[in-house]
Amino acid sequence: MALRFEVLGRFNRARAAQLTLPHFVCQTPLFMPVGTQGTIKGLTTDQLEDIGCQIILGNTYHLALRPTSELIDELSGLHKFMNWPRALLTDSGGFQMVSLLHLADITEEGVTFQSPVDGKPMLLTPEESIQIQNRIGADIIMALDDVVKTTITGPRIEEAMYRTLRWIDRCVAAHKRPAEQNLFGIVQGGLDPILRDICVRGLVERNLPGYAIGGLSGGEDKNSFWRVVAQCTGALPEDKPRYVMGVGYPLDIVVCSALGADMYDCVYPTRTARFGTALVPEGVLKLKHKAMAEDIRPIDPTCSCMVCKKYSRAYMHCLVTKDAMGSQLLSYHNLHYIMKLSRDLHSSILHGNFPEYVCKFLQKMFPEGDVPKWVCNAMEVAGVDISSCCSFNLKQGKKTQESREDY
Amino acid sequence: MDVAVTNIIRPRNAVICPSKTLRICCGAMRYCLKSSSHGGGARAGTLLLGGGGGVSAVEVETPSLLLSTRKGLPHFVSPDMLPSLPSPDSRLLHLSPFHFLEAVSSSMISKLGGLHQMLGLQDYGFVALPRDSIQCLPSYDGTNKTGASFETPCGRCLIKPKEYVEMISSMRPNIWVTLADEVPAWVSDKRNRKSVDRTLRWMDECISLNMAGGDIFGAIVGGSNVLERQRCAEEVAKRNLSGYWIGGFGLGESIGERPRLLKAVCECLPVEKPRLICGLGLPEEILQGVDAGIDLFDSTYIYHITIGGFALTFPLDTSKSGVSSHNLAEKGSDFTKINLRSTAYRKDTAPIVEDCECYTCSNHTKAYINHLLNVHEMLAQTLLEIHNTYHFLGFFRTIREAIKGGYFKQFHQDFVNRRRDHLCNGDV
Ligand SMILES: [Zn+2]
Ligand SMILES: [Zn+2]
Repeated sequence: MALRFEVLGRFNRARAAQLTLPHFVCQTPLFMPVGTQGTIKGLTTDQLEDIGCQIILGNTYHLALRPTSELIDELSGLHKFMNWPRALLTDSGGFQMVSLLHLADITEEGVTFQSPVDGKPMLLTPEESIQIQNRIGADIIMALDDVVKTTITGPRIEEAMYRTLRWIDRCVAAHKRPAEQNLFGIVQGGLDPILRDICVRGLVERNLPGYAIGGLSGGEDKNSFWRVVAQCTGALPEDKPRYVMGVGYPLDIVVCSALGADMYDCVYPTRTARFGTALVPEGVLKLKHKAMAEDIRPIDPTCSCMVCKKYSRAYMHCLVTKDAMGSQLLSYHNLHYIMKLSRDLHSSILHGNFPEYVCKFLQKMFPEGDVPKWVCNAMEVAGVDISSCCSFNLKQGKKTQESREDY
Repeated sequence: MDVAVTNIIRPRNAVICPSKTLRICCGAMRYCLKSSSHGGGARAGTLLLGGGGGVSAVEVETPSLLLSTRKGLPHFVSPDMLPSLPSPDSRLLHLSPFHFLEAVSSSMISKLGGLHQMLGLQDYGFVALPRDSIQCLPSYDGTNKTGASFETPCGRCLIKPKEYVEMISSMRPNIWVTLADEVPAWVSDKRNRKSVDRTLRWMDECISLNMAGGDIFGAIVGGSNVLERQRCAEEVAKRNLSGYWIGGFGLGESIGERPRLLKAVCECLPVEKPRLICGLGLPEEILQGVDAGIDLFDSTYIYHITIGGFALTFPLDTSKSGVSSHNLAEKGSDFTKINLRSTAYRKDTAPIVEDCECYTCSNHTKAYINHLLNVHEMLAQTLLEIHNTYHFLGFFRTIREAIKGGYFKQFHQDFVNRRRDHLCNGDV
């Protein structure tokens, strides 16, 4: 085990912790921006440090294709290659294959896929995934899991869950650098509480450095989503980090943190920047919108980032979706926003004012008091009283939830 | 070798229009010639752009480069990274007002407080001129007597002097260039003559309309015709302007005929005022321009090589002969630059230039940039634009030292020779 996880403060299930990794001492809850190919949207590593990034995620599948894990290894690992002094996490590569390649086929041996280079069939086994990740050298590496879409039901879910458990042993056995890299197991089991329970218990038995909750954020309804998170965080050990994969909406981060999750990753903040959408306390701001051309305010008047200090919405309006600089600056703001949110969650838990912080957050996002029902339910389970920012007489949680974009 | 003489000209307020109160934020520009060669030619000086109204004064040594921008910002280097470039060398920015045609209205720019405020670049000097040589180019066949036609990001636009001055006055650049009818080298004498006539007429219109403040540079055109070049320059020199912009280059003329044309123009211009040129970019073209007496260069060279995946590597120290040219040729070099897309750099863990102190070379390897180019990641352009700008500004510094040291002619000749030798060796 190459990490230390110390819970510094709690509010019911929510925790503020210090996660000490080989390359960085992190504060949780934390968000990991996705640097697929060893970089994030034109931002320099100095800028990423300025924004407060603690861990960057690299995609094993992409890195294995180019520049190849052998080359990264030869050049002393990904940290050195991209000159990132802080922590890194790599995924197993399995999810990318299943989501990007039509011809991926999963068998007991591993994931068979068609090579995007020469079209030949290739096989990614749990052993190979770990070997590649050992070469890349991230602080946290992920076990190869059998990924199924959350929308799929039936025996395939069960098969995938048991296979994930069988594969974790192969991953552990193949892991050559346990003193420098932390192998996280991934809880699968779809939306079925019984399967999730079996998977959690199976993984906990293996006493891994950390655990991820996988198979979510794939289009399942929000009620199922938070219930799975709540169930898993409730059953995972207190003294290990918990990582909800693919979560990146600010609201989801707040809810999952209330339920006791610690880590998140998502392409959302940078991807949405490319389309001209800014993350703001009120939700999102579409900078492409015509009205922005006449708006002299900063993107978020309460934001202290370089972009908000310098630029008006009107100027950003003319840059976004057209110029490289537009997505660069907006990615900077969006990541700054999410990093600030994580820091605020950490300090509010630490200072005992977590519910007040959550209420303030929800009030800004839902000024009418129309907090979605699923959020209210999740917060009830989390033991966070948000009644002060909900107007229950509205009774239209469903409608308002749908009318809000990105939720 | 030329003997340099130090010729200090008293700084003069460059008065543009009688009513100075019309100036909005920028004080008067001052140019001070520090050293020049006998009989004209290469010269070194300082250019001071006055501050005021929340904008800082900027003082740069010339010959100097204007950094190419898109909507007022460098193409890939965000404003928080700009201070890593040499200063004050990097503080002159080129600006094309037409970049804002598609999105921000002049009244909005005005409301935001002008360019400096809108871009958060209060410590920088902006030089506005129509052409950006990337997306905004003169389309001479659409030009008529009422205004100049340009290809712009929102299609072809006809811009009249009045509209142009209105745009300028909302933006408040430190310096701006009068509207010109630029024509390529191959047009008829008649069309070329017409372009000079129009450019002069529009210049007077611009001057009389001037509500913009800032300092005006008069546009000089005339294509490849020495007599027309002289006629235009002499006429422009008669006006009370802060400096001169030489247009019509980089539009199909041959490199060989340039020195004659540049010399003809510069000889007509008063020595105490700065000269800006557009359309020269290659290192040897810069040297050609400096040799003719040009002070300021508006160049898209850095942009183009950056987009192409190239990094500048030529030695800046005149005493160094550079790496063995045979080796460099193998790695896709042409003496001045290397192509980082080349597989030769796949495992190269050295910085682009070993002793370069730019952000890119201090932090990243050629192998990493090669990877970023391979996977089409924007950081490649960011890192390359930083290094290339840094390096090119270093080239300008070396040029200034050579002029001040009195060995510019030798420096120029050595550069050209080494380049030629290298290309010959590379052919083997
Ligand atoms: Zn911001
Ligand atoms: Zn450099």
